[in-house]
Amino acid sequence: MTVTEDAADLAPAKEVGKARRRKEDARLITGRTTWTDNMVLPGMLHIAVVRSPVAHAKITNVDVSAAKQAPGIIAVYTGADFAEEQGSIPCAWPVTPDMVNPGHPSIAVEEVNHVGEAVAVIVARSRTAAADALELVDVDYDLLPPVLDMEEAVKGEADLCHDHIESNTAYHFVFDAGEAGTGADTEQAFADADVVVSRRFVNQRLIPAFMEPRSVVVQPQGDNFTMWSATQIPHVLRVMLAMVTGIPEHKLRVIAPDVGGGFGGKLQVNPEEVIALLVARRLGKPVKWTETRSESLMTAHHGRDQIQYIDVAADREGNVKALRVRLLADMGAYLRLITPGVPALGAFMFPAIYKFPAYRFECDGIFTNKVPTDAYRGAGRPEATFAIERIMDELAVELGMDPLELRRRNWIQAQEFPFTTVAGLEYDSGDYDAATQQALELIGYDELRAEQRRRRESNDPVQLGIGFSTFTEMCGLAPSRVLGSLSYGAGGWEAASIRMLPTGKVEVVTGSTPHGQGHETAWSQLVADQLGVPFEDVEVLHGDTAVSPRGMDTYGSRSLVVGGTAVVKAAEKVVAKARKVAAHLLEASEDDLEFADGKFSVRGTPGTSMGIQEIALAVFAAHNYPEDVEPSIDADATFDPVNFSFPHGTHICAMEVDTETGMVKIRKYACVDDVGTIVNPLIVEGQIHGGLAQGIAQALYEEAVYDADGNLTTGTFVDYLVPSAADLPHFDTGNTVHAAPGNPIGAKGVGEAGCIASTPAVVNAALDAVRHLGVSDIRMPLTPERVWRALHEGGDGGARATAGTNAYGGAQTETTAGVSTPQSSLGGDR
Amino acid sequence: MIPAPFAYARPTTVDEALQAIADGGEDVKIMAGGQSLIPVMRLRLAAPETVVDLSKVAELRGVRDDGDAIVIGAMTTHHDVLVDPLIAQHAPLIAEATETVADRQVRARGTFGGALAHADPAGDLPAVALALDAEFVIAGPGGARRTVPAADFFVDYLTTALEEGELLVEIRVPKLAGEWGMHYEKFNRVAQAWSIVAVAAAVRREDGQIAEARIGLTNMGPTPLRARAAEAALAGAAASADAIAAAAQSAAEGTSPSSDLNGQADYRRHLAQVLTRRAVTAAAGL
Repeated sequence: MTVTEDAADLAPAKEVGKARRRKEDARLITGRTTWTDNMVLPGMLHIAVVRSPVAHAKITNVDVSAAKQAPGIIAVYTGADFAEEQGSIPCAWPVTPDMVNPGHPSIAVEEVNHVGEAVAVIVARSRTAAADALELVDVDYDLLPPVLDMEEAVKGEADLCHDHIESNTAYHFVFDAGEAGTGADTEQAFADADVVVSRRFVNQRLIPAFMEPRSVVVQPQGDNFTMWSATQIPHVLRVMLAMVTGIPEHKLRVIAPDVGGGFGGKLQVNPEEVIALLVARRLGKPVKWTETRSESLMTAHHGRDQIQYIDVAADREGNVKALRVRLLADMGAYLRLITPGVPALGAFMFPAIYKFPAYRFECDGIFTNKVPTDAYRGAGRPEATFAIERIMDELAVELGMDPLELRRRNWIQAQEFPFTTVAGLEYDSGDYDAATQQALELIGYDELRAEQRRRRESNDPVQLGIGFSTFTEMCGLAPSRVLGSLSYGAGGWEAASIRMLPTGKVEVVTGSTPHGQGHETAWSQLVADQLGVPFEDVEVLHGDTAVSPRGMDTYGSRSLVVGGTAVVKAAEKVVAKARKVAAHLLEASEDDLEFADGKFSVRGTPGTSMGIQEIALAVFAAHNYPEDVEPSIDADATFDPVNFSFPHGTHICAMEVDTETGMVKIRKYACVDDVGTIVNPLIVEGQIHGGLAQGIAQALYEEAVYDADGNLTTGTFVDYLVPSAADLPHFDTGNTVHAAPGNPIGAKGVGEAGCIASTPAVVNAALDAVRHLGVSDIRMPLTPERVWRALHEGGDGGARATAGTNAYGGAQTETTAGVSTPQSSLGGDR
Repeated sequence: MIPAPFAYARPTTVDEALQAIADGGEDVKIMAGGQSLIPVMRLRLAAPETVVDLSKVAELRGVRDDGDAIVIGAMTTHHDVLVDPLIAQHAPLIAEATETVADRQVRARGTFGGALAHADPAGDLPAVALALDAEFVIAGPGGARRTVPAADFFVDYLTTALEEGELLVEIRVPKLAGEWGMHYEKFNRVAQAWSIVAVAAAVRREDGQIAEARIGLTNMGPTPLRARAAEAALAGAAASADAIAAAAQSAAEGTSPSSDLNGQADYRRHLAQVLTRRAVTAAAGL
């Protein structure tokens, strides 16, 4: 057969930009992989944790004698048993020099400060024996009043969460643009303003609710320890555990095998990880702990939880003049890894895409007797975006302006990039107007407005509203020097290595540990293009401190931007090293070599070429290579960004509100995101969809609720409502592409965009539907009851009753903490 | 999420089941589809001494025609209810409500009789059984059988007329004479959730009027309830939107709904009125 092909067909298509299905998905979806809980080691013991059923109490006695006698029990430990060696769960982000850290024992010793806090540890031959012994540990508590309400907790006469510190305030963090030299005097700007709008918003507490429960396995070998953990951060964890336990860093290997989601919830040094390590060290035996779903909801860190007092100043024409933000941020009972830093990180995002001349931010971190808060998808930025996008709508109402017109009047214009904001950030690139135009077309804006008018005029019981969120975020965490200036305890660089194997296959080692994002696919695409090798020839290794010794792991939409760049830079070094070998073998000058599609060819000498995969073999044999180089073309790179990247986008939600029942239903949702260069459109689409689901869930469904005693009443998925595909609308998504100038890929990050942007769009849409009926705020989540109350009683819908649903017996904290109640003997058949 | 230890019996006939229940000790739980029992055992809300698993008792499965009633075996799964032609013909309300129960996986295992014997006030099927005046056939020790009308079956929160040692074997649903329309109006926040409130309505129309209405309320008290005042107001009323709306105003009379995360009692009473109006309107074919 004679085939004629033109040159364009011969060149392999670029991998970057291709909607490849994720190569890791088959094993992840079927579960035929090394989830931590799948690990079974010879002689492995099982840990179960006895947890406090009360929110705040002194521990007066812990009787473990009955538990020790139970079948299959090896040991039972209390906090006192580990008091000398457990140290404190580390907090890596002291946001102010005088921040108060009360200390965070892994097992409570004298006092419990939240429901679910560990008070004793059972070690047994089987998981079932450990679970059965939980109820046999008898703990006496001397109850203290729980501190639960932040606005009460900051009052002078408030009960204290920790009686050994002076108040319930951990820190007072201030960013003042006037003082920083990035803006005008905020107080003066408010004094001079025509219009000031002030609101109090509640950004409720959420539970990350990752799919794979936390799990940890520790194997002692001589004086070495190997830990497998369902963590986002094996590298950070190793350093922190070495510091907490005194086990030297080089004697500790941490492995994050395949990890089933995290959303920031596994960006932590968990008490149970410390406990497992201490127990393994004490007993010299391998141990495993895997949490139950109840433990996960109750004791893994929560997210959000801010009360936001927002003031905005403007002139009558709608030009914004100043922004003032005061936050109460719930730390929970203790400071975990970056608990204090989450709201502080948000400080820089409140001004968003708008050209505020003046800005002041103050945040108080408050202790309460609840599980600590920490990173959750967006971490500070969703809270900021919610507040600014909500207050812009309120200002538009006050001014009688169209909410989009107000935004357009104040946002940074495309030609103004790079733009330094009043918070001191230099936004890299974008075009807010272009994204907005595209989103308006996607959703069919004019038709929706017409329908809205019709429904209003006919007094339809189902009203329609349209809400906007024109957002940006800071991604690509993070420039190490900036982190240093914010008192963060580590850098934000990322490392990568590329190993060229003798057969021409390629191993890519990344320090950015995935927990479901698709790094293996995206990194393979990057390397395939850089080295000109087939996608299938690339394997990506990660998550093991012995395999990928340096890394900063995955969070903050950083992996592609920082970790992917490290991979690209390592690949550039591989090519540079291979070029020397190629020149030697082809007997040509390096300067005469061209590298394209994986081949070095000699300029002007057709037919003379050598593939990089052939060079890998030649270097392995090392029979013939240049005198002045090592026989290796492998390379390492570490990339530390100079600036953040700033994805942006316009999200539009159309919402139906049934005024008779308060039920809200998303009619349409469209968003256009600019996440820079797109490496894999399928992964980007998936991240947007997942992010939207979580952002919409904050607006409509999810809330961690504590009752007056400090019990988490949303202790199961019956009461903590995570929406499924059945509950979410079709998403119309689009992209504009403005390459990020700060990295060679041009990527800005996409992991958090949907989650950050969507929440205010949804709430603004619901309010737009009912504002003409006198409603100006509804607290999240917008339960039907809250919407109905806001419509019929005024206000923001108020607090919900705290009792869990009565369905199937109301599984709440006191029972899931392993304490029997009268409901333990329910009647009826099931 | 590991249950406390328990003994387990898996009988194959009703007689064997009754024997296993008698032999099971102080605290016996009868497991039908296990969709509620297993979770509460895993949460250790229930820690029975013995679990008697009915999954192999074939005689308890299926639907049959018995003249003036259809008879639904207690172990008939939700899925089998949904595809049964007798139910579709004579009691479509059961199918409509069953379709809203949880998700496909739960409906494949969960059973009609199990859901009724569990008597969860937030469950969908008790109010339907009540609205249709179903009768509960109960087998006791030694094989003696008794029949309890729906009005007497639901006693309290998660409590039925079933005595110790007894077993629900089948549910008789009377065939309705005349022109009946039915509708189940469920209100919940996400697809898989229990009802916050729901209304089961069966309406007989005659000469442009509503001759008779039967209304069952889900989750408006510790047991399913009939909205008797609304039923009385509808009897003989015009089949019109206004008449139905007026009658629905009394839907919450005599109810005692709980207050929880999903709604406080006053909101539930309000919902009962709105949902009753909607359910009756749909059932009346308006």
